[in-house]
Amino acid sequence: MNLSPEHGNPCPAARPHTVYFFGTCLIDLFDPRAGISAMDILEQEGVRVVFPEAQSCCGQPAYTSGYPAEALAVAEQQVRLFTEDWPIVVPSGSCAGMMKHHWPRLFGADHPLASQVAAVATRVYEFTEFLVKILNVKLEDKGQPTKVVLHTSCSARREMGVHLTSKALLGQLAQVEVVQQEREAECCGFGGAFSVRHPELSAAMAGDKAQALLASGAEQLVSADCGCLANINGTLAKSGKSLKGQHIATFLKSRLEPQA
Amino acid sequence: MSTHTLHPMPQASFRKRSQEVLDNPALRKSFRGAMDFLMQKRAAQFPDPARLEALRRQGEAIRQYSLSRLPELLEQLEANLKKNGVQVHWAETPVQAQEIIAGIMARADAEMIVKGKSMVSEEIELNHALEARGIAALESDMGEYIVQLAGERPSHIIMPAIHKTKEEIARLFAEKVPGVDYTDSVDELIQIGRQVLREKFRATKVGLSGVNFAVAETGTICLVENEGNGRMCTTVPDIHIAITGIEKVVEKLEHVPPLLALLTRSATGQAVTTYFNWITGPRRPGELDGPREMHLVLVDNGRTQAYARPDFRATLQCIRCGACMNHCPVYTRIGGLAYGTTYPGPIGKIISPHMLGLKGTSDLVTASSLCGACGEVCPVKIPIPQLLIDLRARSQAGGPDPHTPPLAGEGEGRKPLLALSFKLWSRLYRSPALYRLFSFLATRFRRLTPGRQGAWTDSRTPLVPAPRSLHELVRQRELSRSPQKP
Repeated sequence: MNLSPEHGNPCPAARPHTVYFFGTCLIDLFDPRAGISAMDILEQEGVRVVFPEAQSCCGQPAYTSGYPAEALAVAEQQVRLFTEDWPIVVPSGSCAGMMKHHWPRLFGADHPLASQVAAVATRVYEFTEFLVKILNVKLEDKGQPTKVVLHTSCSARREMGVHLTSKALLGQLAQVEVVQQEREAECCGFGGAFSVRHPELSAAMAGDKAQALLASGAEQLVSADCGCLANINGTLAKSGKSLKGQHIATFLKSRLEPQA
Repeated sequence: MSTHTLHPMPQASFRKRSQEVLDNPALRKSFRGAMDFLMQKRAAQFPDPARLEALRRQGEAIRQYSLSRLPELLEQLEANLKKNGVQVHWAETPVQAQEIIAGIMARADAEMIVKGKSMVSEEIELNHALEARGIAALESDMGEYIVQLAGERPSHIIMPAIHKTKEEIARLFAEKVPGVDYTDSVDELIQIGRQVLREKFRATKVGLSGVNFAVAETGTICLVENEGNGRMCTTVPDIHIAITGIEKVVEKLEHVPPLLALLTRSATGQAVTTYFNWITGPRRPGELDGPREMHLVLVDNGRTQAYARPDFRATLQCIRCGACMNHCPVYTRIGGLAYGTTYPGPIGKIISPHMLGLKGTSDLVTASSLCGACGEVCPVKIPIPQLLIDLRARSQAGGPDPHTPPLAGEGEGRKPLLALSFKLWSRLYRSPALYRLFSFLATRFRRLTPGRQGAWTDSRTPLVPAPRSLHELVRQRELSRSPQKP
């Protein structure tokens, strides 16, 4: 896992006219609105968005559980979809990290798709990273004043090094006050299979994260990763709290539309 | 390489042991406070991220270089130690290491050993083994002394008694140290420990110490400490036995300062410790002090297994600072004892499988959310999360092993049901048609989603699929945009 800060992508010379959108398996089944919102925002920025129909999952669940062969079989299916030289935008730091940093290792140098995988890895962008660093978006906030707290996934923060881009986007919204939480950089305790393999530990971490988010005084919670959101939202809802997080794409989309 | 273990993993499971701590709010609060303190102290020592990164790269490079030449550096170290009058011993297993030390004790006719802090001596269960031979082992590091009085194991590699409150230590002293009344004044407690230990240093023939770095070109061992007990152990008794893992060797003296700068800052947030000992042999003719005899015991205990594999060699870069523990969201919540291994926390999860085999440690390698905090602070840039992922694969034997030799206990953590579910998952997610059918059913029959989803719903509401998948929403969107057919 590459945790050093030098992992930014080289910026394409020209603004890309077309991108691939890799929706991720969690968004596909559990939060498709986040995916549609992200695609809408990209299109509003004048970018054509191609959604390869045969996509499913980056393979991370099997890979981090000790089943690289099963992960590889799924990842091979995805790599073949990205035949054009377009950027690949992923609305999750975790899945983007898998594709960018772990795929080359998972496939290995001798794999028939190795050179394709290496090329794909250089073209993978996390959604907020792409908006800020490549499209250089300027967002116009049309929403009501609100207080928002941001949870950044560990993969976005430490693997993709893109923890500042979600913050930068929220910072562009004139009516949004971003409030701080205690121990902002601490993990929410999701960790994929970790959450069910070590449920008490995971619950303790999620409980502390939920407390910190509640104590921030925010009216809304956003995050760019659906795994963290599922964990945090499920924990908040189980204890009867009304705070409910949404994907940053959904939130941004709602701010860009004129409100009733 | 055999992984000879004296004490297998404790019977109670990791899950049960960690549960006990999680259910103890006072203990959790005290761990949290201690780790917050250590994190702040470290951060204050590294104000400039660019300089920290440069230093970490230097530390990583030195450790990688040293490991790349490990066999020849060990030979050079041995030759130079011998030249300096140090007796060198090699131990492949903990039992061999115990026998070597017991042998030295027997030849010296010594009934007691005073110990400075040494995690390798914990690793080989030295105290236990010596006591079985009628030899008393007395810990002289204050934290280790407390842990020993309590009959426990260290819960942190740098701060062994971090799990104990001041009041617990006060009660322990009043109960276990003869002639001591209850006091919870830290200064008084330290004085009590000091008086007990001074007497022992004077009366004891053999002292033991650990090693932070061993320098091959000069045959020097380096010892980092704050309490001065390390210097006492290595200079006052007639015989000094140092014990170390074989990975601690570096080639040159000039390799030590960068590693030392990283070690003390990462460990305790100190720019420099109170004591730093360079030890190059026993007392020479004409010298007035120092031990008359010096030994170095070099312990393997599974390290050559990690060394032999390119995918696990980075494990041996560790300089044992403990920063990965202090920053770990799991360690912070359960402390070190729950791990049941000599080395707890993230470093414990990646080193213990080589010492104990994968069978007993399969729970440890999964006990991480892979948040990466450990890798981020590691002063020598060990990719701990990556090593955990690879250990999980070897524990599950999930796919062909890319390297030889196989790890001890390879595949023994495999759970047949988990293996089957990933087989099915893989079948489903690599076939677009099957996946399409699956997501159609999951969304259409979302009301049939079980309300209880195993451990997930113990503390969370159930995950319920959306009415339509993103695939479907995208198809609908494209249909609505395509020009109307006549």
